[in-house]
Amino acid sequence: MSKDTNAPSRRQFLTSAAALGAGAVAASAARAAGPDPLITEVQPWASGFGDGVDVTPYGLPIRFEGDVIRRNVEWLTADTISSINFTPIHALDGTITPTGCAFERHHSGAIELAKDDYRLMINGLVDQPLVFTYEDLERFPREQHVYFCECAANTGMEWAGAQLNGAQFTHGMIHNMEYTGVPLRTLLAEAGLDAAGELKDKWVYVEGADASSNGRSIPMEKAMDDVLVAFKANGEALRKEHGYPVRLVVPGWEGNMWVKWLRRIEVTNAAVESREETSKYTDTLADGTSRKWTWVMDAKSVVTSPSPQSPIKHGPGPLVITGMAWSGHGKVTRVDVSKDGGMTWETARIAQDGANKALVRFYLDTTWDGEDWLLQSRAIDDTGYVQPTKAQLREVRGENSIYHNNCIQTWHVKANGEAENVEVS
Amino acid sequence: MSKSLNLYAGSAIGVALLLTAAYNFADRNVAPYPKNPPMLASLPAPIPEPAAPVQAKATAAANDQVAEASLTDGLLVGAAEADTAPAGLRFGLGRAAMPEEISAWDVKIMPDGTGLPAGSGNALDGEPLFEENCAVCHGSFAEGVDNWPKLAGGDGTLAAKDPLKTVGSYWPYLSTVWDYVHRSMPFGNAQSLTPDEVYAITAYILYSNDLIDDDFELSPETWNEVEMPNADGFIVDDRADTEYTEWRTDEPCMENCKPEPVKITMRATVLDVTPDQAGDEAPADAAEEMNHSNDAATVQPTDEAAADEAPAAATEAVDEAAADAGADMGAPDPELVAAGEKIFKKCKACHQVGEGAKNKSGPQLNGVVGRDIAAVDGFKYSNAMQDLPGDWTHEALAAFLAKPKDYVKGTKMSFAGLKKDDDIEAVIAYLQSYP
Repeated sequence: MSKDTNAPSRRQFLTSAAALGAGAVAASAARAAGPDPLITEVQPWASGFGDGVDVTPYGLPIRFEGDVIRRNVEWLTADTISSINFTPIHALDGTITPTGCAFERHHSGAIELAKDDYRLMINGLVDQPLVFTYEDLERFPREQHVYFCECAANTGMEWAGAQLNGAQFTHGMIHNMEYTGVPLRTLLAEAGLDAAGELKDKWVYVEGADASSNGRSIPMEKAMDDVLVAFKANGEALRKEHGYPVRLVVPGWEGNMWVKWLRRIEVTNAAVESREETSKYTDTLADGTSRKWTWVMDAKSVVTSPSPQSPIKHGPGPLVITGMAWSGHGKVTRVDVSKDGGMTWETARIAQDGANKALVRFYLDTTWDGEDWLLQSRAIDDTGYVQPTKAQLREVRGENSIYHNNCIQTWHVKANGEAENVEVS
Repeated sequence: MSKSLNLYAGSAIGVALLLTAAYNFADRNVAPYPKNPPMLASLPAPIPEPAAPVQAKATAAANDQVAEASLTDGLLVGAAEADTAPAGLRFGLGRAAMPEEISAWDVKIMPDGTGLPAGSGNALDGEPLFEENCAVCHGSFAEGVDNWPKLAGGDGTLAAKDPLKTVGSYWPYLSTVWDYVHRSMPFGNAQSLTPDEVYAITAYILYSNDLIDDDFELSPETWNEVEMPNADGFIVDDRADTEYTEWRTDEPCMENCKPEPVKITMRATVLDVTPDQAGDEAPADAAEEMNHSNDAATVQPTDEAAADEAPAAATEAVDEAAADAGADMGAPDPELVAAGEKIFKKCKACHQVGEGAKNKSGPQLNGVVGRDIAAVDGFKYSNAMQDLPGDWTHEALAAFLAKPKDYVKGTKMSFAGLKKDDDIEAVIAYLQSYP
């Protein structure tokens, strides 16, 4: 993104938010003063031409939305090649994440791998080790599903306290897309699993083609359940940064297992215990022991507006509180919202019935009188799991888990409409 | 109902066509197509016992789905929607993987060492290899540079406030180290190391963690002699017992849910580590600010090493200071001395300097600039060093520090040398400040 965007800096942002009281008054005055010239005078766009159809063969959002972009937190990692950026969830609505601003996580950079150069190998405990081309994959029967993909480290910077001031940074390691692909079980059946014998203690090791060679072990039960070998997202080819031409989709499980540029699938008799499933993506508890194989992403939600990057600008009166919720165990069936830091709760409206292991959007249509709020949301999924508070999580896990922080988030909404990331008693 | 039947009929015809097409045209070097390809329905699915300790409740939904599918159609396993294709069929797609192809890509090492190629190496072999391939990020002693992962140290810190997770303190399996170095490292030049080099570098990392001696020959034969200290430090996901039992409730609290009025206990803006929204004003000093913050919070970086140093500043200081540095042997430039002090961290493991400095595995360095070579009492120098005539002039020190083993062939000093002239000047200035 070039620097000449119209993106306001955070400070400008907050300044303008602070001035909103006056702004609201001014707007009323303008209304009272006379007819609105935007209506009474012929505007350029109502008189001349816009762009012709060939101006933008593949479009980006209009320039006024230039601040709705992925952002990096520089101090998190040593180098952007092995790093992560964050989805601008504070500025989005609905449930499908626009592909161009869906977060990226690479361990060795986003590689360019052409379809013609793509090969997928299945080996290990199979009847016939096979190699597929990209074209081969498109000849298997396909499925379509919407799933969220959340990095296990999402909200990981908040374990020890409120730290990053923005939903994008606290909760933006997530996206939700519609995938087209072939079930992994179809490909495993193609290679034949007789050689594997008893399946219940077998594993499937999946590995990427990039230099990091990210590899993860998936228990056979999950591999045979809902894992997809995907080549389309949101209707189009996967983007380079999301694993073009083929990635794995592991519904409800941590994003690191969604191996990008998938090149190899191996049936094994044990977990490989690769770097990414031992030294990383393991959750250290207060006593120094660490949980491993913590694959499922538990139910979680966050209010995306109002939030630090999306302050209330319109003054007191009608207000839509909105956010998103998800669960790796199934569907989110209910979201509650609290304005007083969890003392009292009211149930929000879920905009559309959620799909399995996919985001839902919730709204609370309410009125804001300009008072201070401690705004929270909590998700409840169809297993009856209620999203815990940070205190509840810390009691079990301590503060050094890094991963799987699905605590209830609190935004302090102030009289001037600004919101801040806070922790509450 | 008739609609969904039509959908099934359509896909059945589609599958039949596809199968025929596949059978006729597939260019496949596979052994003869099996007469009775096994249908998935004949496999034990749903799998009654989780392969790995997936929590039963975690997969309840999936199992329901499978059960439903089994009822609907013996061929269907998994999701039972109308758009789901029968998964148990073989389509005759793809071709046989050749042994050379499998061995080229399947290089993973299992926890028991299965997959290790022949070869060997020790830490002495590994030290120069590590210096050349790894030290730029991980430090000469595997101590980590900047934000890059630290590979050594951290023993006994896992239950501390800020655990230091390294190969020695955290990694449960030696196979993971070998596999990762071999497959994914060096960063930007992956899969360029020979097996012997990987054994040697792995040995050096183990040696840096005091897990083996420097002459221990790591190989498939000696593999099991290495003990990883945190091998027993892991438990399988127990959330079902420790968390889900508590947090799956019939009806969560809606009113008067807390005993006392809610108070704010912490604010993110106090830390001010949020990136600027325009992206043009990156908080370069955020890590340092965090370090100096007395607030209760500490940085929790995602999954890379902790952001606990501000080395960019140090490097800049070196660059600037070095630019000003004269060649005279007078009082050293204070800025250059300060920069040198930071560089000297690399030397501290073996050398002391300053008041009360003693000989350690290297001689104490007070007054080293200008003193006779191999002149410290009570230190056992190598023969090569003892035989070297003359003083440690500025020039001689600079040459030695650049490539110690080239300058003094046979020196005991294992340090590989400082790559940057600026760093060398800074260290000499620092040493000069202790006459």
